[in-house]
Amino acid sequence: MTANPNLKRLRRTMMFLPAQKPSLIKDAYIYGADSLMFDLEDAVAENQKDAARFSLYHALTTINYRGCEKIVRINGLDTPHWKEDIRVSVAAGCDGIRIPKCEHASDVRTVVEHIERAEHEFRRPEGSTLVMSALESPLGILNAYEICLACPERMIGVAISGGDFRKCMQTSYQPGGIEMLAGRGQMLLAARAAGVQCFDTVFTNLNDVEGFRAEVIQNKQMGFDGKSIISPKQIAVVHEVFTPTEKEILAAEKIVRAYREMETSGVGVFTVDGKMIDIAFVPGAERTIALAKASGVYEGDL
Amino acid sequence: MKLTTPAIAGTLESSDAQVTIEPGDGTIDLSIHSTVMAQYGRQIRETVLETMERLGVNDARVSVNDRGALDCTIRARVECAVFRACGQTENFPWGEAIRS
Repeated sequence: MTANPNLKRLRRTMMFLPAQKPSLIKDAYIYGADSLMFDLEDAVAENQKDAARFSLYHALTTINYRGCEKIVRINGLDTPHWKEDIRVSVAAGCDGIRIPKCEHASDVRTVVEHIERAEHEFRRPEGSTLVMSALESPLGILNAYEICLACPERMIGVAISGGDFRKCMQTSYQPGGIEMLAGRGQMLLAARAAGVQCFDTVFTNLNDVEGFRAEVIQNKQMGFDGKSIISPKQIAVVHEVFTPTEKEILAAEKIVRAYREMETSGVGVFTVDGKMIDIAFVPGAERTIALAKASGVYEGDL
Repeated sequence: MKLTTPAIAGTLESSDAQVTIEPGDGTIDLSIHSTVMAQYGRQIRETVLETMERLGVNDARVSVNDRGALDCTIRARVECAVFRACGQTENFPWGEAIRS
């Protein structure tokens, strides 16, 4: 199996859409979210699970979603729905599947087995369907590292799901995020140790614009790759916060350039603008350049 | 496919269509109401009939209440109603009888 080129793509915003709502899915690409998450799970009533699948199938096979990644959130492994959810998602050519309520690496392997079967059944290229795990419980968070490593060739990464997590932790939303600090922190450690991406939970109060911005800034400071969102209104703030500033881009350029020059002459440690720089700074600088390019703000020639 | 029970799929929300289907009297009896009847009535009819034919349904009474749905939505609602009327809940023929 060749590596899926989309494994590490830019995912600042992952926007939920109820798959059974034609008015919301017919033109969702126009808002500019990096990824669209077609929901077959919580946003779909129990007696409409079938309707959502037909709607999903025709939307994905008919509508051109331009550059947006198409992820499907399937129903949980404790429901009667998830196997058919996987069949329809793969048949319709989705880019990836989000596994809700993931608690064990074996959950990922179970889903991947069924994806493989579906890729074979519907003659999709082997490995074309990626997976990501939503961690919604303390157990999921504690097992985050093994979950991140469960399927390296398909695993995008992990996302924390605040609603269920806060309930399990016997707490509720707090401005500043103290109630999520341990969960977010542990998940980030696991994702970075495993080399996969890491996404924060949704912010549900659309009227609290300042609270949302504060949370996104904290996400970026903590090291998240992006955030799950519930409305097109939230896209601009996340993209603005996650896009590198001109200052950050210039600093990153200097480091990468200096490193390339020093590399050929065999020097390991050097200074840029009076600060000591060694090889440990280079991956971060390269990531800043990549993010700037992906965000469409890079004008340099690296 | 043989329909065994009446079924309904879709809503009356904007961009959606509600499809009601029941076992017929030996033929397809199709009635359409649409907010865009004058412009798209014929196209909706063709989409519904083509979808039914692909599913092998030739004996049904069908009513479509369209609120400006795209063709792909109409297909999805017709298919959902047909499979509900046949009682099938899994192993759907994605990419075969169900296709865009």
